[in-house]
Amino acid sequence: MTVGKDVRYPTLILSFNSLNQEKYYLYLIIITINLQSQLFKLNYKIKNCSKNVVNCMQTDNLELKKLVYLYLMNYAKSQPDMAIMAVNSFVKDCEDPNPLIRALAVRTMGCIRVDKITEYLCEPLRKCLKDEDPYVRKTAAVCVAKLHDINAQMVEDQGFLDSLRDLIADSNPMVVANAVAALSEISESHPNSNLLDLNPQNINKLLTALNECTEWGQIFILDCLSNYNPKDEREAQSICERVTPRLSHANSAVVLSAVKVLMKFLELLPKDSDYYNTLLKKLSPPLVTLLSGEPEVQYVALRNINLIVQKRPEILKQEIKVFFVKYNDPIYVKLEKLDIMIRLASQANIAQVLAELKEYATEVDVDFVRKAVRAIGRCAIKVEQSAERCVSTLLDLIQTKVNYVVQEAIVVIRDIFRKYPNKYESIIATLCENLDSLDEPDARAAMIWIVGEYAERIDNADELLESFLEGFHDESTQVQLTLLTAIVKLFLKKPSETQELVQKVLSLATQDSDNPDLRDRGYIYWRLLSTDPVTAKEVVLSEKPLISEETDLIEPTLLDELICHIGSLASVYHKPPSAFVEGSHGVHRKHLPVQHSSIDTGESPVSGGPAAAMDQPHVIPSQGDLLGDLLNLDLGPPVNVPQVSSMQMGAVDLLGGGLDSLLGGDLGGGVGGSPAVGQNFIPSSVPSTFAPSPTPAPAAAVSSGLNDLFELSTGMAITTGGYIAPKAVWLPAVKAKGLEISGTFSRRQGHMYMDMTFTNKALQHMTDFAVQFNKNSFGMIPTSPLPIHTPLMPSQSIEASLPLNTIGPVMKMDPLNNLQVKTHTLAQWGKRQVFLATWKDIPNENELQYQIKECHLNADTVSGKLQNNNIYTIAKRNVEGQDMLYQSLKLTNGIWILAELRIQPGNPNYTLSLKCRAPEVSQYVYQMYDAVLKN
Amino acid sequence: MLYIKTVGAIFFRFTYGLTLYDGIYFCLRVHRSAGGSSVALLPFWRQCWQSAAEMIHSLFLINPTGDVFLEKHWKSVISRSVCDYFFEAREKAVTPENVAPVLQTPHHYLISIYRGKLFFLSVVQTEVSPLFVIEFLHRVADTFQDYFGECSETIINDNMVVVYELLEEMLDNGFPLATESSVLKELIKPPNILRSVVNTLTGGSNVGSSLPTSHLSTIPWRRNGVKYTHNEAYFDVIEEIDAIVDKSGMTVFAEIQGVVEACVRLSGMPDLTLSFVNPRLLDDVSFHPCVRFKRWESERVLSFIPPDGNFTLMTYHVSSQNLVSIPVYVKQNISFFDSGSSGRMDITVGPKQTMGKTVEGLSVTIHMPKSVLTVDLTATQGNYTYDLTAKVLVWDIGKLNPQKLPTLQGSLSIQAGVPKPVENPSLNIDLKIEQLAISGIKVSRLDLFGEKYKTFKGVKYVTKAGNFQVRT
Repeated sequence: MTVGKDVRYPTLILSFNSLNQEKYYLYLIIITINLQSQLFKLNYKIKNCSKNVVNCMQTDNLELKKLVYLYLMNYAKSQPDMAIMAVNSFVKDCEDPNPLIRALAVRTMGCIRVDKITEYLCEPLRKCLKDEDPYVRKTAAVCVAKLHDINAQMVEDQGFLDSLRDLIADSNPMVVANAVAALSEISESHPNSNLLDLNPQNINKLLTALNECTEWGQIFILDCLSNYNPKDEREAQSICERVTPRLSHANSAVVLSAVKVLMKFLELLPKDSDYYNTLLKKLSPPLVTLLSGEPEVQYVALRNINLIVQKRPEILKQEIKVFFVKYNDPIYVKLEKLDIMIRLASQANIAQVLAELKEYATEVDVDFVRKAVRAIGRCAIKVEQSAERCVSTLLDLIQTKVNYVVQEAIVVIRDIFRKYPNKYESIIATLCENLDSLDEPDARAAMIWIVGEYAERIDNADELLESFLEGFHDESTQVQLTLLTAIVKLFLKKPSETQELVQKVLSLATQDSDNPDLRDRGYIYWRLLSTDPVTAKEVVLSEKPLISEETDLIEPTLLDELICHIGSLASVYHKPPSAFVEGSHGVHRKHLPVQHSSIDTGESPVSGGPAAAMDQPHVIPSQGDLLGDLLNLDLGPPVNVPQVSSMQMGAVDLLGGGLDSLLGGDLGGGVGGSPAVGQNFIPSSVPSTFAPSPTPAPAAAVSSGLNDLFELSTGMAITTGGYIAPKAVWLPAVKAKGLEISGTFSRRQGHMYMDMTFTNKALQHMTDFAVQFNKNSFGMIPTSPLPIHTPLMPSQSIEASLPLNTIGPVMKMDPLNNLQVKTHTLAQWGKRQVFLATWKDIPNENELQYQIKECHLNADTVSGKLQNNNIYTIAKRNVEGQDMLYQSLKLTNGIWILAELRIQPGNPNYTLSLKCRAPEVSQYVYQMYDAVLKN
Repeated sequence: MLYIKTVGAIFFRFTYGLTLYDGIYFCLRVHRSAGGSSVALLPFWRQCWQSAAEMIHSLFLINPTGDVFLEKHWKSVISRSVCDYFFEAREKAVTPENVAPVLQTPHHYLISIYRGKLFFLSVVQTEVSPLFVIEFLHRVADTFQDYFGECSETIINDNMVVVYELLEEMLDNGFPLATESSVLKELIKPPNILRSVVNTLTGGSNVGSSLPTSHLSTIPWRRNGVKYTHNEAYFDVIEEIDAIVDKSGMTVFAEIQGVVEACVRLSGMPDLTLSFVNPRLLDDVSFHPCVRFKRWESERVLSFIPPDGNFTLMTYHVSSQNLVSIPVYVKQNISFFDSGSSGRMDITVGPKQTMGKTVEGLSVTIHMPKSVLTVDLTATQGNYTYDLTAKVLVWDIGKLNPQKLPTLQGSLSIQAGVPKPVENPSLNIDLKIEQLAISGIKVSRLDLFGEKYKTFKGVKYVTKAGNFQVRT
């Protein structure tokens, strides 16, 4: 039979009809082989012969029969009529005395994807599911899954699913395995149904079958077991005991599936039990053995080990040597091994690891070398004791002058500087020598960051940065942003020599750039610098949060989910299946089981392993965080914010402190101090005599609950934002028929808010609250209606927070009672002359002097406190032992106030001189100073 | 009003995301269950039904020149063009060994293995266990090897019919069906010259007509009714040393991968027990399914009913915790001069811990830096070759004579004008020691139960270098 080479040429088929039965099958072979690849070419040639083919089904020749079946499988779809003709043969073959033929018929049947004939096949299939021969039963089990794929409704109506469930109790392990496989497959498309009802009895049957079925069947059963949630630790332990022998299977897929079951059930075992520790020990050797398999097996194993090491580092901590890279490992294995090596690096083995990494840094493959160099940096950050050695290793590597090694080394040295500030600055000189060879954005940015950060120690920092500035527009965005920040830093550190440079970079960034990020950052710096250099210094040169020890960790909840998917594609991609598998969106997310011990009963079942949640290391989110960037953290967002997901971290930071004080000067206003009178609050149900024009407020969408929530999340903003006066009673109950309003003003995220507490002290409930602001000196109006829409019951209190704006019409009030301040520094920083000029410009009669009594603060605290309330210190002098603070503030209505605060050491009474064109405000400025300083 | 809006919105999104005919289908589904709460999930249901039904969808065999020379689809036909993603990755990886085994394409996953210069590329559509697929593909390659003696493009093309029959039998609808060699051989007889002549003349077939008996028994690896005139059982204990030795001669890492290969030709249903003198040496073991794990756990003996013919009884692992002996040492010095574009090389190999046995088949392979043009060396023993394109120097030494250590020395010439190489070439050592299992493992006895005939038994030991690497 020498059809081998000719099979691709279907010309023989033309004479199909004339061939005798004996030779028939030979050509059928040819057809079937070609069918699949040349389906369309052959189609018309075969048309004539389909009738003959179906006749051939009657044959006793098994090979011919097989071929005909094969032919049917592939052609039925394009020739449904032929499939109908074959139905009778199927039914007949399903009752053939030879079980092989029965099985073959049922196997083929399921593959014919023609709706019309499926219903004819139900009866034969039902018989086959109860066949006396296990070979037929096991084939029929798979056929149910196939049929379900074609017509799910019919399979359910015909009760095949129940038959399938019965097969789990079959005496033959092969049948059990196939039934499990079929059921798991069907349940995948029924996300909500509980097809595979896993109860202890079924589990027991599965475990029995596990020992005896084929390797593939074992995989199905193990995967199925991993979905079971044992009711207590004893059950979990007994399942683990029976699964453990699978770790010694020669098939690596069986081993990994067993590892999955064990990793999942480990969660349920008490940590101090002997069995728990024995099991941990048993897990290590099989994982190591997987690494001696074929490289493809190694790769999948390594990706999974990466997860296991993050979840339970103790399993493999002794085995770091098996992850040492061999010269002839494929590159994908090398990179994975390196990753795991760093995860396992500890003080105990760091010397070995470093020696290895240094070795790798001289290998041929560039990607690998880069990763090895990066790994050295990660070791330095992870194992503090080794940092010095790592740095010297990196220096050695820099000396090799191999371009990509140098660049990669500089990138990681920046991280080391972040982690151990002010420790290794001596090497900066060496780094600077390589400045010219850096051509990659990452490396350039890293070098620029280093120069900016340590500008005060580098004599020619300005020259270095200027050299980068020449080709500013050709640089990548990353470099441009870093360079901008670095020059601003340099300027703040050495303002005298670098004014020109900073102006140049700011104009390059803001005027000549098309990049909105760059422009925005440029403007922010510009405004920051022009508004107030002190704040600028505080923002730009603020102390950076330390970077975390571990990088690239998978977020704990995702890690737990991935542990449930060990051995699957999800574990290779390190993404949950819902993120990438088409059509798996309906699939349940899997969770690690939770231990049901008495201590943990309060835990909700979805929270993952309780212990796991607690001792998880913090994660640096991988996505770049613009805000962190803006604050010049450069390495990413702050860390060590416990128990918040990466997204929230960014948000908290956004609201807390940084941006707030940064933008405060422009957007917000410092509101504090004394009660406002310019408004009337009108509960409309209360007949009010002093409400000139009550306006009904439409139901607002924002609930005060939300506001409270907001307030919670911005706790930091409040504490750093400034002084907020305690709520004062604005409207006593007696005046408003039982409604008492107390309130205060505050500033959050740069917006003014009026926080009020409404208390019903009357006997009947009140509804329909609204607020109207009368015209006032500051043009203050609410930006949203009063967020109260529930009736206020007697003796109940309600909190409301009302955002305010100052765009309303301005009217001078007499008395000008509310002096709450949106302050602003004088236009240009450092220009004391302006201050002096203005001071002199204002007539002397406008100067008022006040005494602030009993204040025990030093000058710096005073200026800090005031600054938090947007009163900026322009200059500080020491005259005859007294501290003189010169300050300025601007009200939202544009009134400037200049202040001179004289502080004598040892004297708790300060002298405040205020000068203002509108002297009537001075009294209230003084009151505010007093309130701020004494709080 | 709201209802229409919802449908409209989803439909809108949908037509953007998927093809139009799907859109029509989808629209119907929304109407049918618009009251349900999971409207948003609906478009995916169909895909679930479509794709959940198979593990392995298709298989492509790709030759070294990058042509698909065989394809097999267990379900619908997937266009060959899906391989383009693979070719792209193949292009990027410099050598075929470096192609990542799991690739993602927009609609499929490509899982491949590289065996005998061929890629076995499988296409899957659902979340599967990649190891499952990889193991299966290796099993396919093993089966070809078993049937045809080798696994190459020519041999597969010559046996195309059997190959297709095998693939059809091994996988049903994407699920592994019969992968045991004993079962397959009952279903499809391996080709031999005589039979193919007879078949051609008589129209006979190579497809077995009876139910493979072992298919269902609890010992699927063995068929019934095996009969031999000479009953024999041979075991080869083969150990490979994987080691990394640094330039000062210190062992950085060493472990032993052991395997017990068996060749058992025994009639009937023999039940064998193989015991070791020192089983505690073995750190981790994995067994052929025939081995009774409980007996190993409790008594540390291998008790099994063997498959017929050749098979791997067990593999084991002796890790670096136990002391792994390194049979040879290498003294090497490879240096490149700063000027004059040349370098020097001096290598000596000597015996270290050989347990009194002779080291044979010794050879040293060095991957030279790219800039090394030619070598001019003298070997005191054996020959050397230098592959100019691959930059690989192979020094074939042969038997190691402890009295007269082989050395290879001479000069290397480097491309002019190129900076001296930074990477350190690595030496790979190959060797063989007969009649020694370097871990010290020893078979103590083999007992036969269940059958009463005289058996020839034999155990052979051999130690080889696996991945034995010396750094410079």
